[in-house]
Amino acid sequence: MRNGPTDVENDAGGIDLKQYQSDAEKHAYVEDLSQIAAVDAAKFLDVGIDTAQSIRSGTFIQKDRSVIHSHAHQAGVEVMSITQAQSRHTWLSDYLWRYIEPDRDVFTAQAKANPHEGYFIRAAQGAHIEQPVQSCLYIAREGFSQNVHNVVIAEEGSRLQVITGCATAPHLVSGLHVGVSEFYVKKGAQLHFTMIHDWGAQVNVRPRTYVHVEAGGVFVSNYISLKPVGSLQMNPTTHLAGEGAVARFNSVLVAGKGCHLDVGSRVILSAPGTRAEIISRAIAAGGTIIARGELIGQSTGIKAHLECKGLILKEGLMHAIPELRGYIPGVEMSHEAAVGKIDQGEIEYLMARGVDEEEAVSMIVRGFLNVDIEGLPPGLRQKIDSIIKDTQKDMM
Amino acid sequence: MLLIEELQVEVGGRTILNNVNMEIPRGETHILFGPNGSGKTSLMMTIMGFSGYAVTHGKITFKNHDITYMPIHERARLGIGVSVQRPPTIQGLKTRNLVEVCAKHCGRDVDVELLAAEVNFTGFLDRDVNHKFSGGEIKRSEMLQLLAQDPDLILLDEPESGVDLENMAVIGESINTLLHRGVKKSHRQKIGDKSKSALIITHTGHILDYITADKGQVLYNGHLCCSRNAREILKWIGEFGYEECVRCAMDLQM
Repeated sequence: MRNGPTDVENDAGGIDLKQYQSDAEKHAYVEDLSQIAAVDAAKFLDVGIDTAQSIRSGTFIQKDRSVIHSHAHQAGVEVMSITQAQSRHTWLSDYLWRYIEPDRDVFTAQAKANPHEGYFIRAAQGAHIEQPVQSCLYIAREGFSQNVHNVVIAEEGSRLQVITGCATAPHLVSGLHVGVSEFYVKKGAQLHFTMIHDWGAQVNVRPRTYVHVEAGGVFVSNYISLKPVGSLQMNPTTHLAGEGAVARFNSVLVAGKGCHLDVGSRVILSAPGTRAEIISRAIAAGGTIIARGELIGQSTGIKAHLECKGLILKEGLMHAIPELRGYIPGVEMSHEAAVGKIDQGEIEYLMARGVDEEEAVSMIVRGFLNVDIEGLPPGLRQKIDSIIKDTQKDMM
Repeated sequence: MLLIEELQVEVGGRTILNNVNMEIPRGETHILFGPNGSGKTSLMMTIMGFSGYAVTHGKITFKNHDITYMPIHERARLGIGVSVQRPPTIQGLKTRNLVEVCAKHCGRDVDVELLAAEVNFTGFLDRDVNHKFSGGEIKRSEMLQLLAQDPDLILLDEPESGVDLENMAVIGESINTLLHRGVKKSHRQKIGDKSKSALIITHTGHILDYITADKGQVLYNGHLCCSRNAREILKWIGEFGYEECVRCAMDLQM
């Protein structure tokens, strides 16, 4: 199945592509991660990228258009830039643009016309990669438009975890990031993909992602965006194409003043016995969140659930759009969507334990965002907790 | 300890409690009886200060402080602990964290694991507060939070509801611990220290099999109409019903 362009994805939303620079100075390659400038390293750490590297099986870092580091240090996993991968693997051309049409929207077209690298991560057949691979996409140049093309392949029976952190340099105001990503989860493979965003307050972000999962494959996606971003629009499509394939999505979103987040997940369940779950927790704290979820059931014995919960703190817009489409008898799909405020009963219950009102609200908000995100390395879990804690001060 | 004078309370513009006068001295446990809708829960919620219970007349005094309009958390810190009938589920907040918070705000340092073991609750500490808890589990969670708080006045709304017999013994024992009447302390300590007070709402009276009550009171149509031995009241209500109980009280007043 191919993606047709949608109105939402093609809507430039007032973004003038011409206002961005498509070129940037070249940054030098860094052999040893300890040589990375401290300001950059601190930003990397904020999005889960650890320059100590000991707890990662590989690292890829791209600054503007330059790949400044790529290295895999465990057998069975490859980590490199997409151009390097193309020259090493002639077969890779079969994987590029297989399911994403370059002309589907203006942003994708730009990524095709003016590409700036991107990562290639691959786990070999049957390889169980214990530590996660980390990849970082970083914008340092003011007004730069970063267009990347990423490919992740989990070969048959392999297990792979990827942490992607996206960030901008401190003080950077505006920029555009377009990321075309194609993920392939082959027979019986497992791919856990965690993405943390910390863009600038006026950065526009347009990821375009397609995930293809074969029989018995598992794809788990965790997406966290708590910091200010100008606008973000993404609606990745996951195709559960083989019998018994599974996909799970957890998203945690916060939109402060001036932020516009339009985030969805679309899952096509076309093989028998496939299962999908989409869970999102969103807080509008002055900004706009459109939380989409779309489940498309095309085969017998499929099971899918969508849960979308939103809170509005201060003003803002919280728009939940859950969609279920069943094409044949025997599909089992459900959704649960709720938009509201913090329950007074919960606040007072905590107050009756001696907690003042402000702290009670804060405990409830932290709990609300505390989705049990599976497969997170322990350090990252603590990192996310501390980001939530920091973010909260801005929300109230 | 607690003194309620001429209390009048409205809920949604309707008077629910009218001219309620009650005193719970230090160290005494009082049982509150009354038919459905008589205002028992409203009285408890008003003492704790929950929203929606508007005091239109009268005064509540606790440890010589006028708490009539005091915020809920200040009452808790002053030493009032409550267990409501249907506590809310709080997603993502672990029971362990809440128990720690209970102790912290009441100026105590507790070993959560040890405390949880007292109410067979160690296996639930890492579950979200009240999330998919059974009736008995909710009550044990409430007891655990109260044990962490160690309040001087305990307000319990039907501690036996939804609890099986085995769990009832655990709940009863933890109430006794809270009231410093548990068997875990020496006899001398038990009789020497009568510092903790309680107001307990019960429908069935089952809780009286586990704890010692100093007094029973009957609330009927928003009025307190009888005050005497809790077991006697329970027996009479069982035999003659609340109406007879009220008629008798009126006869005595005349």
